[in-house]
Amino acid sequence: MANPNDLSSLRFEPPPPFAAGEALRGEVREFLAAHLPKRAVTQGLGSWGGFDPEFSRKMGARGWIGMTWPKRYGGHERSALERYVVLEEMLAAGAPVIAHWIADRQSGPVILRVGSEQQRQTILPRIVAGECFFCIGMSEPDSGSDLASVRTRATAVPGGFRVNGTKLWTSNAHRANYMILLARTGDKGEQRHAGLTQFLVDLQATEGIAIRPVYNLSGEHHFNEVVFQDAFLPDDCVLGTVGEGWKQVSGELAFERSGPERFLSAFRLLVELTRALQANPSERAQIALGRIVAHLYTLRRLSRSVAGMLQAGANPALQAALVKDLGTTLEQEIPEIARQLLDEEPDRDSARDVVAVLAHTMMNAPSFSLRGGTREILRGIIARGLGLR
Amino acid sequence: MSETRDLVREAAERLFEKHCGADILRRADAGEFPQVLWRALADAGYAAALVPESAGGAGLEMADALTLLISAGRHAVPAPLAETMLAGWLLSGAGLAIPEGPITVAPVRTGERLSARPDGKAWRIEGRATRVPWAGQCGAIAVLAESDGRSVVALVAAADCTLGKGHNVAGEPREELVFSGAKTLQAGASPVGIDALHALGAVMRSAQMAGALQSVLATTVQYANERVQFGRPIGGFQAVQQNLALLAGQSAAATAAAEAAIEAAARDLASPAVAAAKIRTGEAAGIGAAIAHQVHGAIGFTQEHRLHYSTRRLWSWRDEFGNEAYWARRLGSAVAEAGADRLWHAITAAG
Repeated sequence: MANPNDLSSLRFEPPPPFAAGEALRGEVREFLAAHLPKRAVTQGLGSWGGFDPEFSRKMGARGWIGMTWPKRYGGHERSALERYVVLEEMLAAGAPVIAHWIADRQSGPVILRVGSEQQRQTILPRIVAGECFFCIGMSEPDSGSDLASVRTRATAVPGGFRVNGTKLWTSNAHRANYMILLARTGDKGEQRHAGLTQFLVDLQATEGIAIRPVYNLSGEHHFNEVVFQDAFLPDDCVLGTVGEGWKQVSGELAFERSGPERFLSAFRLLVELTRALQANPSERAQIALGRIVAHLYTLRRLSRSVAGMLQAGANPALQAALVKDLGTTLEQEIPEIARQLLDEEPDRDSARDVVAVLAHTMMNAPSFSLRGGTREILRGIIARGLGLR
Repeated sequence: MSETRDLVREAAERLFEKHCGADILRRADAGEFPQVLWRALADAGYAAALVPESAGGAGLEMADALTLLISAGRHAVPAPLAETMLAGWLLSGAGLAIPEGPITVAPVRTGERLSARPDGKAWRIEGRATRVPWAGQCGAIAVLAESDGRSVVALVAAADCTLGKGHNVAGEPREELVFSGAKTLQAGASPVGIDALHALGAVMRSAQMAGALQSVLATTVQYANERVQFGRPIGGFQAVQQNLALLAGQSAAATAAAEAAIEAAARDLASPAVAAAKIRTGEAAGIGAAIAHQVHGAIGFTQEHRLHYSTRRLWSWRDEFGNEAYWARRLGSAVAEAGADRLWHAITAAG
């Protein structure tokens, strides 16, 4: 039969044994028992538990933000696997972690990789402390999956750049301290990915930025439209190298794709569904629960495998795309399965937790396979990994 | 991944590559037992991989031995390798000697039970076991029977039971055995019960399915790169690419689930990782086979093309040693019984 070595690039190494992680897991669970805010079970669904600066500061104080970063920037030099334990415990508990999530996951790492020494020293310790939050300035009205088509332009002027353009779908721009902005600084030329640059934008200190809410279909405010009108960014706001924005962004996106947030978005619903069914589960309910749990075991293993490969210094971008595609597919299935087992009409205001959580999860589900790269884009990446394009 | 496992895998890959060519697969499909292949499997120690060295076996670590079956699945090995490994494990666990040649096990259907009754110092076996793999090709059957709530392992000569012919959809023998007071060649108290036997069988089928899906993926990608329509390879079309990406995901998930079960089986055959593997690989088998055939078009639907050696096995194996619904019900009832507040603990404890 076919030579399996042809597709060795698709190999997921088994997650490394990690007994030490269990002690840390115990610490996180104790912390959650003491500090998880008491609130409605529907709070923060669809936005990684919600935005809670006080909770983020507490996590920072425990050393659970910027865990893998160098100590000289306030980091804790712990392993990617330890970080994984903290992330998954927080998500499974529904802890409000979105405030620092983006900074911890991708903005901090990109600053660490390409930022200037001054940027690293001024910003990273504040992220680590849970005091400095980020949003992602990539998408635009005419630039979603086709990121290289961004039109926001940063024109060189004496001492810096003048920025004009509009960013869209910018989650938490209204309460973040910084945006990492992707803007066009040069012409496309031969390569359409050329001429892009990343900037570190202080959203409070910069004149000429207007932030307007875009409400999602649930009526919630996560997204924003961010309009730059002659906003001046001094030279020291350039992140990395002028013209290297595309390369930097591609690296950044790889961090976005394989974490436990890519299969736990509907976990609260699974918990409440189990609670609703556990006293007297029908055979059909048992089969459905067993199948979902089998998928979760497998996804968690794949996701931890990627964490292990990251820890070992590999570049598992292809594996990350596979995990996200499989994970978001399951996340979107869970509300569809739940509703058939419950025979209840979804209702966000229901006094029954499972019914309210079902309504929220179902309404958030479309975003699962859009954020962080659409399903179609991910499958294109996978196809390229298979040697098909 | 242990170093031994890598070495075992590489050696197995070479052996299967050599002995499972298109001609062997075609002849096996027509009902011919692959004697040369079998001798190679026996000589390499694979057939007795789960028998301790002290009992004349290869004495591999269980995880290393089970990993062999991923390779075997990749090559659609048309012989009772998994079954003989399983029989060796069952017999040696009860301190019984292992006969030469291929051996199978009964019962394999999850609802079926055989009974053993004492007859002087020996035992007699009663009952009916259906869908027993390769029974007609095996000289002896390792039987797990019950006697007053205790489990008894016995070796029964094939000649001492009645055999009804049959096949799975891959064309592998799956036969009915009737034991009417069948005498035993050897017997002893079993340290394991029927659930453990079926669990190990399920891990084996999961490993074989994971291997078969790897092969199906490689074959299908290769075909998509070679087959030209509308002036370019069909793998250049997005609609085909999206399906192949899905197939790659199913293959990756199946391998991860099987590897998790292989690790767990060495520690505890009651681990939820076993159920999860059979559920996940079984689901992947159906989705994967469907995509592979869609991409291959009509040629993949012919007897001439090799794709069916893998896909017909996937369609067979997913229903053997308990289908997805059987294992999902077991896993789901355990999840419900533990309750919502233990769900996350259970998921993280599975490793």
